[in-house]
Order: sequence, then structure tokens, then C-alpha cells
Amino acid sequence: MGEMIYKRTDFLKARPTHYCPGCTHGLEHKLVGEVLEELGVIDRSIMVISVGCSAPAYDYANVDNIACLHGRAPATATGVKAALPDSIVYLHQGDGDLLSIGLDETISAAGRGENITVVFANNNIYGMTGGQMAATTLIGQKATTCPAGRDPHLDGYPMKACEMIATLTAPKLVARTALYDIPHIIQTKKILKKAFQNQIDKKGYSFVEILSTCPTNWHMSPQASMEHVKNEMEEVYPLGIFKDED
Amino acid sequence: MKKLMKGNEAIAEAAIQAGCKCYFGYPITPQNEVPEYMSWRLREMGGVFKQAESEVASVNMVYGAGAAGVRAMTSSSGLGIALMQEGITNLASTQVPAVFLNVMRGGPGLGTIQASQADYNQMTRGGGNGDYYLPTYAPSTLQEACDLIQKAFDTAFKYRTPVGVMVDATIGNMMESVDIKENVQPDPSIPDVNEWCIRGGRREDGSVHRIKGLFNVPEECEAFNEELAKKYDKIRENEVMVDIKDCEGADVVIVAYGTTARIAKQTMKLGKENGLKIGMVRPQTVWPFPYDELREACRDAKGVLCAEMAIDQLLQDVKLALEGTKPIATYHRLSGVMPSANDMYDACVKLAKEAK
Ligand SMILES: Cc1ncc(C[n+]2csc(CCOP(=O)(O)OP(=O)(O)O)c2C)c(N)n1
Ligand code: SF4
Ligand SMILES: [Mg+2]
Repeated sequence: MGEMIYKRTDFLKARPTHYCPGCTHGLEHKLVGEVLEELGVIDRSIMVISVGCSAPAYDYANVDNIACLHGRAPATATGVKAALPDSIVYLHQGDGDLLSIGLDETISAAGRGENITVVFANNNIYGMTGGQMAATTLIGQKATTCPAGRDPHLDGYPMKACEMIATLTAPKLVARTALYDIPHIIQTKKILKKAFQNQIDKKGYSFVEILSTCPTNWHMSPQASMEHVKNEMEEVYPLGIFKDED
Repeated sequence: MKKLMKGNEAIAEAAIQAGCKCYFGYPITPQNEVPEYMSWRLREMGGVFKQAESEVASVNMVYGAGAAGVRAMTSSSGLGIALMQEGITNLASTQVPAVFLNVMRGGPGLGTIQASQADYNQMTRGGGNGDYYLPTYAPSTLQEACDLIQKAFDTAFKYRTPVGVMVDATIGNMMESVDIKENVQPDPSIPDVNEWCIRGGRREDGSVHRIKGLFNVPEECEAFNEELAKKYDKIRENEVMVDIKDCEGADVVIVAYGTTARIAKQTMKLGKENGLKIGMVRPQTVWPFPYDELREACRDAKGVLCAEMAIDQLLQDVKLALEGTKPIATYHRLSGVMPSANDMYDACVKLAKEAK
């Protein structure tokens, strides 16, 4: 018998996902799952699922989970933690969900310093509804509601979640990461681990933005999508740790 | 023990005594004493109070706590309840129990902060999408409000549904003597929450609890809707509450609830003094509505007077109940202008004359 050196995280069910090839939503669930497993808290983890392409994640989570209304995951997670203060909640939210319809809930939960961990899948587009412009869509980027490319005079400028949240007093960890190569995947996992450790230690709110891909609505191959994150997105959304309080 | 208390505070205390452990709310007049009272009293009792950033947030916080099997509630007035409608239909679809208190003010829109019953349609017909209902109690005294909010938690957990309690600003803000039942234990017929609630991780057999209202397959969603409809039938069958007074041999029956029913009692007295027999049907649940009970109670009446602090909202249910069998007249005052027992009496006299 060989030695087991890698296995599917127990956080996820053994089944294929609906995510498109090259989409990073699934990789993000996996990294979080591995982190929760390594931290030994799977048995008290709850996945708080938002509305967006990751909405059907209720079929993948191998722990108790709750599907929220569009934008309201931080409020719902606040309720879950009020009832179950020792649970470990993982919020997974897209940019439409977190920065547009749910901006109030996002900022308010961060401002209150809820003891939760938010994973923000920023793919600069509304994936689920077919590629409409998001608050994060890059200048010049085409989307179905800005077919000629985002024009700042018509549609304003990209909104930056980490930069906004880092201005608040309560958050303990605010970071932006990417997944376009192995070192960045490892770095993302490290930051996720810290974010969940904060929650386990009841230190308070952590926010991890992951520059994510949507090959389908970007009309790019999976590989070109990763290149796009590295060459275009990162310029507008610089990677880094915006706040880290011990 | 009887105590003189302010409406909103008494209702909040009654909720706590019924095991409410989490309260989330956003300030709006005329119910501000509810969150204010909860902020210290619920915490003192070991529960969680959070001032939400909006009613949209409140209802979704209630959703999270309710999903964990905990007794959770929020309160607001019509405008805030309007913002909660997406959340209320979501609770119905995810079968998460919770209690919503609406202390009604005048509308539409910002309206007035004084007493009104213009949220009747909002509570009984709802503004959320899909085939759902909100079982709703409509108490008319402070004692009844305290008793019914306690019952509302049981109903919510018995059927795994959001439940409403609606009072108007008068009841929320008046002082009345109440005897709040303390440390009320849940109805023993309520199924164990551990059969469905989220706790974190999974059960010993590896199963996972999912709280969700989204379906991937139309047939599954259709089947769920049929199940939900059966639940509402059961609620209609078992949970109707109505107070019927002096309807036998009555010339006129008044249909009224809440504060309007208190005023109608004065009108009945005027009737007694002046030789007009007036009865009253007072729905204590407005959904499910006591259709059969109302029709039966009005059997002897020459006519039925529908009295409310709203324009022809309760009337729709009265019409559905009477199915055209009796002449119906209406009496209303609006937006904080209180109905008068004398005017209501005059309306009864006129109706009795015309209905002959
Ligand atoms: C109240 C409400 N409005 C609109 C929608 C439709 N809707 C579903 S997902 C979505 C956008 C999702 O985009 P994002 O959050 O960026 O997630 P992604 O699919 O890109 O991962 C919208 C607008 C909805 N479900 N609810
Ligand atoms: S549409 Fe985009 S975000 Fe949605 S699954 Fe496909 S690649 Fe991922
Ligand atoms: Mg997106």
C-alpha cells in the first residue's frame, strides 16, 4: 500500500461541480475546505452560501450549510453566529453579491466586527446571470450591460473592497490574493488559514478577497483568464495585506 | 402577577418569557421601545440583541438564527415590514421559524406615526413572491398581545414557518395592566429542532443539514410547493382563532379586530342602551381568517358592518366569508384618526334601517 499524501478535502462531497472549466469558485471552496480540515474544525463548520454562480454549493458542502438571499450572507451569518457562537462560518460571496446589492450588509458586518470569515470571489462580472457589468468590472472591459466596454463617464470606476474595509476599525485581517500560479495558491491558503484561525480564536472579522476568473463570461480560455488576472486585474486590484492585527 | 406596562415593552418581555433568544431590529416609530427594551433585557437574560443596519438585514439575521433552531424575532412597522418581504418569503420557502411583530402606523409610504390598520393586506397577502402565507395574530388588548406573541413562537416552530403578530400604534404605546406568563415552555407537540436545524459539521451518520429555498429542478420545486400548500391547509384547519360576542339574534354584526374591536365594544354598549342588538366577530388570526365562523355568526344579522382603520382591506375577507349572503356596510378612520364609537353606532343604525 502506498502512503496517502493527498486526498479530497472532507469539507466537500465526492461529486463533480457545475463550475465551468477554469472557474476559480471550486478551487476556493477546496482551499477553504483544506484549511478547515487542517485547523480541525470541520465538525463545527457552516458554509454560508450567497447568490451567484456559487449558489448551488449547497450540493457540495459536506457540512451544515445555509443558502442566503442575494447580498444578505453577512446578515444571515450574523444571525447564525448569534445563535451558534462556537460555529465556524465560511461566507463565500461574489462581487455582485458583496459589493453591490449587499454592500450595506458587507460594511456593517465588518464594522461590527462580527466573528466571521468572508471569502470574496472577485471575478469582475456577474457570472450567474450571464455576464453583466459588476461594480468591479475594469475600465474598458466588455460586459453584456456595457457592450462597448466600461466607460467611467457612464458607469463609474471599479470599486475596491479591501481598500474600503481596511478603513474600518473592527476588521482583524483584510487581504487580497490570487490563484494564477502555485506560489499564489499557497499564499492564498496561508492567508485563509490565518483568517479562520482568527475566527477560531474569537478575534473577529476577517476578509479575504481572491481575484477570481470567469472564463465563460470573459470569453477567454482558462489559461488566458489566469493571464488576465495577473496582467490586467492585479494592476487595478493590487495583491497584499491591507490590515493584519494580532 | 399583574403589572402596569407599556405595550411595546410588555410584548418584548412576553417574547423573552416564551424563550426568544435572539432579537434583531432597526429603529422605526411606533415600535422603538421593542429594540430599546430588548437591548438590555434580552442581554440580561443571556440572549443576543443586535441593532441591524436595516430591516433587510434584520430579517436575514433572523433567518440565520432561526435556521439554527433558536427562537428569534424582529419587530418593525409597515415600511420596515415592506423591506422584509423578500426575507419573509425566503423563510417560508426554507421553512425557518421566526416571529415578526408589526406595530402598524399610517401609510401609504411614510404616512404617519400614529395608529393604523392599513397593513392588513401586507400581513395577510404579503409582498413577497411565490405561493406562501404568513400566519398572523391580531390581538386587541395588551394581555392578548402578550399571550399571542408567546403562542406565535409555538406556531412558528410547530409548522416551521414565519409567523406575524400585528398590533397598531395604540396598543404598542398604551399602558395597560398585564399578567405576562413567565418561563413559558414550548408546546410539547413541537418536533425536535435537531431534526432539521444547522449546528455546524454533520450528524453522526454523516448527514448534513441544508437550509435552502433554491431548486435546480422544476419538478422538485413544484413538489415542494404542494407540500407547503398542505402545511397551510393544516394551519387553516387548526389555528383559526376568533372571538364571537352577542351574535345570536343580533340585528347588526360588527367585524373588527385590534383597537377597532375595542371601540366596537363601546358601540355594542350604545346598542344595548338604545335597543339595537349589535354583535361582534373579532378575528384573532387574520391569516388564517375565520371565514366559516364569521358566516355562521352572522346568520341572524340583517347586515354586517366592517370596521377598520384602513380602506376596505379587512372588507375583502368579510366579503369572501359572507359570499354575498348579507348586506355589508363599512366604517373607517385612517392614519391615526381614531374611529368613534358613536359614529360606528350611527353606521349600525343606518345599516339596520336600510337592510330591513
Ligand atoms: C434580489 C435579487 N436580485 C437579483 C438576483 C439575480 N442574480 C442572481 S446572481 C446575480 C449576480 C451574481 O454575481 P456575483 O455576485 O458577482 O457572482 P458570480 O456569479 O459572478 O460568482 C444576480 C444579479 C437575485 N437572485 N436576487
Ligand atoms: S459563469 Fe463564470 S463564475 Fe460562473 S461558473 Fe462559469 S466561469 Fe465560474
Ligand atoms: Mg462575480
